[in-house]
Amino acid sequence: MPGKKIKKIEIDGRKISCEKEETILQAAKKAGIEIPTLCHDDRLEPYGGCRLCIVEVKGVGRPLPACTTPVTNNMEIRTENDTIKRIRKNIISLLLSNHPNDCMRCEKTGDCALQGLAYRYDVDGSRFEGEQWDLPIRDDNPFITYEPNKCILCGRCVRICNEVVMAGTIDLVGRGFNSMPDTAFRKPRSLDNCEFCGQCVSTCPTGALTDKKARGRGRAYEMKKVRTTCSYCGTGCNFDLNVKDGKVVKVTSAYDAPVNHGNLCIKGRYGYDFIHNADRIKTPLIRKGDSFHEATWDEALDLIAGRFSGLMKKYGNKSVGAFSSSRCTNEENFLVSKFARTVFKNNNVDNCARV
Amino acid sequence: MAEKKKAKAKTAIRAKTGSGPKAKGPDVTGLTIRVCVGTGGLAAGSQEVIDSFHTELKAHGLEAAVEKKSVNKTGCRGFCAKDVLADVIFNGSASTYQRLTPEKIGRIVEEHIINGRPVEEWLVGPDYHIFHDKQTKILLKQCGQIDPEDINAYIGIGGYEGAKKALSLTEFETIEEVKKSGLRGRGGAGFLTGLKWEFCSMSRAAPKYIICNADEGDPGAFMDRSIIEGNPHSVIEGMIIGGYAIGANTGYIYIRAEYPLAIERLKIAIDEATKKGFIGKNVFESGFDFEIRIKEGAGAFICGEETALIASIEGKRGMPRSKPPFPVNKGLRGKPTVINNVETLSNLPSIITKGASWFSSIGSEQSKGTKVFALTGNIKNTGLIEVPMGISLKEIIYDIGGGIEKKNRKLKAVQTGGPSGGCIPASRIDMPVDYESLTRIGSMMGSGGMVVMDNATCMVDMSKFFISFTQSESCGKCVPCRIGTKRMLEILTRITEGNGKDGDIDLLVELGTDIKLSSLCGLGQSAPNPVLSTINFFRKEYESHIKKGICPAGACKALRQYVVNAEACKMCGKCARVCPSSAVIWQPKQKAVINKSKCVKCGACFDACPFKSIM
Repeated sequence: MPGKKIKKIEIDGRKISCEKEETILQAAKKAGIEIPTLCHDDRLEPYGGCRLCIVEVKGVGRPLPACTTPVTNNMEIRTENDTIKRIRKNIISLLLSNHPNDCMRCEKTGDCALQGLAYRYDVDGSRFEGEQWDLPIRDDNPFITYEPNKCILCGRCVRICNEVVMAGTIDLVGRGFNSMPDTAFRKPRSLDNCEFCGQCVSTCPTGALTDKKARGRGRAYEMKKVRTTCSYCGTGCNFDLNVKDGKVVKVTSAYDAPVNHGNLCIKGRYGYDFIHNADRIKTPLIRKGDSFHEATWDEALDLIAGRFSGLMKKYGNKSVGAFSSSRCTNEENFLVSKFARTVFKNNNVDNCARV
Repeated sequence: MAEKKKAKAKTAIRAKTGSGPKAKGPDVTGLTIRVCVGTGGLAAGSQEVIDSFHTELKAHGLEAAVEKKSVNKTGCRGFCAKDVLADVIFNGSASTYQRLTPEKIGRIVEEHIINGRPVEEWLVGPDYHIFHDKQTKILLKQCGQIDPEDINAYIGIGGYEGAKKALSLTEFETIEEVKKSGLRGRGGAGFLTGLKWEFCSMSRAAPKYIICNADEGDPGAFMDRSIIEGNPHSVIEGMIIGGYAIGANTGYIYIRAEYPLAIERLKIAIDEATKKGFIGKNVFESGFDFEIRIKEGAGAFICGEETALIASIEGKRGMPRSKPPFPVNKGLRGKPTVINNVETLSNLPSIITKGASWFSSIGSEQSKGTKVFALTGNIKNTGLIEVPMGISLKEIIYDIGGGIEKKNRKLKAVQTGGPSGGCIPASRIDMPVDYESLTRIGSMMGSGGMVVMDNATCMVDMSKFFISFTQSESCGKCVPCRIGTKRMLEILTRITEGNGKDGDIDLLVELGTDIKLSSLCGLGQSAPNPVLSTINFFRKEYESHIKKGICPAGACKALRQYVVNAEACKMCGKCARVCPSSAVIWQPKQKAVINKSKCVKCGACFDACPFKSIM
C-alpha cells in the first residue's frame, strides 16, 4: 500500500497536512498542538514507554501512543478525552508514587518535566501508596551524579548512550518494579565504561541525572543562558553557557542548534573549568630575560608589530607566517588568514585542526 | 486409591512383523516396549526403567529383544500424574503400566513377557482410558508413539509428506490451503496463520525469516515443550512449510534454555533432517533452500512477546516495541518475519497432507482444530490434554480431568490463559472453549494453561499470585505495567493480610482498566485480567476480606482464626504441646481455649488435633 506523499489528518478538529513518515506526535508538534510526553526526545527513535502521549484515534478501540503511531490519511485524532485524561493522571500518580517528594532541594526544580506534568494535571503521589526505591546516590565519578530514586525509567539516557553516542555505557537492568538504568555489573562510571559526554544528563527529564560540577550552584530559572559556539574543535557545536552572578555555572544543550541538535562531547559540555580558573592568564605577558611580566595589550601589540616589521624588513615578507588554533572560531581563523594575506602579504597560513 | 480398581486394559494393536533372530525362551519377535521419556517421565525415573528393562531382559535370556531394540523411547503422552508410563506390546495385545519403578521391571518381564500374564495390579486403571477417550489427538498422538530421536520413526508415520507436498504446490497455493483450514495462532491472540503468512509474503523486502516461538513461559504450561520433546520433526516440518510459503530461507527456533531436553532433541532432529536433505540446499529438489538455527533464550517471560523475542535474537534486552510496524513488515533485523508458536507449526504437516477441509471439520465455527491444554490444579487427572475447539469446559473438567481431586470439595473456578487470562466461575462451565467465548467472558485462550480451582482456593490470593508473576516478569519499559501492576499487587497483598481499605476494589478496577488500556504490549494489556475477572465474578469474596476480615475460602493465612470446638474437644492437650507461642490455654481434664492475641496462626494445633476439633 504505497501511500501518497502528503497525508491529510485532523487533530482536535484542526486540519493538518503532514508527510508520509511522520508520527502523530510530530504532526501535532508541527501544528503547535502539545501532547504530553516524558520519554520522547527528537534526537532519539520513538519509544512508547511513558504512555502519556496516548491519543484517541477515530475508529480504533483503544488509545494509541502518538509518538510511535504513524499518521495515515484522513486520520481523526483527539489529543484528550475523559478516559485519556484519567489515564494520564493515573500514570503521573504512579510515577510520583515511586519518586521522592524532594522538589524543594532538587537540582531540577523548575526545569523538570515530571514536576511540570504533575502541576498541569494536578496530581501527587499519594493515591498509590506503596514501596518506594531507597537507593543510594551514585556520584563516584567527576561529572555525572545519578540519583536512581528520581529515575522514571523513560529510557532516554539508555537510548542516547546507545543510539547517538554509541558508547553502550548503560542499559536497563533488572525486571519489573526493580528495572533501572545502570552500567554493566552496576560498576561505577569510569573512563573504562563511560565517555562522560553527559548526553544522558542532557536528555534526562527529571533530576535523576545531573551535572555534578553544577550541583547546588543554582536552578535553571536563575541562569542567564548565553548561546555560544564551542571552541574546542572546528565542528561548530552550539551550546548555552548558563551564567549566574557573572559566572559560568554549567553548559546546557542547545536543541535547536543546526550543527549538533543539542548533542555535545565531554569537552563541550564539561570543559569549561578554565574560564574561572585562578591560574588563568588574563593579561598579555612579555618575556624579559628569564621571566614574564604583565603588560597591557597596547604594549604587547606594539612589541609584536615592531618585531614582525623588523623581521620582514631584514629577511623579506615570506619569512613570517600565521598559525591559528582549532579552538578559535571560524570567524577568528578567517581573520588570521586575512591578516596574513594582507599584512604579511604571503600565504603562510596554517591551523592545528589540519592534522 | 484409584489403583485398587481392577483394570483390564487390553486394546487390539497392530502386530509387529519383524524378523528378528530367534532367541531361546519365548519368541520376542512381536515385542515392543514403549517408555515415556518426556521431562515428566525422566524426572519420575523413566531412564532407570529403560535400563532396568534391558538388564532384566538380558537376565532372562532375552538378549534378542535388547538387540533388536524392542525397548523404545516415546514422548509425553499427557497423563503425567501416572508417570512412569510404559506400553508393553506383546503377542498382539498392548498393556499399559503406570507408576513404574526399576524394581517392578523384573516381575513384569517374568510374568508378562515370559509367562504371558500381564501384572494386573500395576496396569493403568479406567481413569487412564477415560482421560484419553474424550480427547481428539492430532499433535499429541504421535508424541506418545514414536521415538523422538529417530527421524525414521517420524517418516514411518507419514512424516515430511506435508513438506514434500507443500513444496510441490506454489507458495500461493500453500498459503491458500492454510487460510482455508482456518488455523489460528496457538500462542495467545489467535490471529489467522494463513493471513499472517499472506501479509508477509506480500512484502517485497528480503531476506525474510520464519521464527518458531518456543519460549513457553506461563506458569504450569508445558504444551510446547512436550510437543518438541515428543515430536520435534513435526515442528521442523511446519517451519519448512511456512518458510517456503512466505519465501524465508532461514528459520529460527527461539527456545528457553530451561528446556535442555527439548533443545537436545531439536538439535538431533535438525541434524537428521539435514542429513536426509529435508533442510539445507535444494530441499526435496525443489530449488528451495532452508536452514534452521536454534536461539536459546534466558527464560524471560516477556520474550514470548514477538517484538521482545526479536530484540532478544538481535542480542538486545528482551523488550517489546510498539506496533506498527508489525513483524510481518519489519521484524528480525528490520526484515519481514513470521513468528508462529510451536503448536501452530506442529499442526501444519497434517493440514497439508490431509487437507484444509479435514482440519476445518474439527472444532467450532470460528476456532478450528484442536488445542492442547496443560490441565493442572485441584483436579484428579492432571496432565496434557488435546481437545477439539468448542468442547465444553465441563467435559474437560469432569470427563477428562475426572472432576475435583478432593472428595468434599467443589469446583469453584477455572483459570485459562495463564497469568494473562481470567477466571471462569463454576456456574459458567457449560461454555465452549474457543477463542471468542473465552475472550467474551474476560479470559483468553493464551497458550493453553488451565488451572482448576476448588472452593478452598481464595480468589484474591490467586489473583495476587498471577499479578506477582506478571509484575516480576514485566520488562519495565512502560509505566502502567511496571508500577501499575506493582501497586495492584500491593493492594491485593494488603487485602489478603486483612488490611484492605474501603475503596480498594474500585481502585483495583480503575487501575486495572487503565493498565489494560494504556500498556505497551500484550503482557501489560492482559496482566490485570485475573484481578478484573475475579472481581467481576467473586466481588463478595473481596468485600468479605476487606469488610469482615474473613477469607471465605480459608486460604489467607493472616485472616485465619483458630478456635476450639468445645463439643468435639477431648481434652488431650496435644494442641497446647505443639503451640509455639503458648496461645493454647489448657489444663488436664479441661477443654482447650485459644488466646487470639497470642496466636501466630501457624496451624500447628489444627494439624495436631486428632479429633478435628480445631477450626
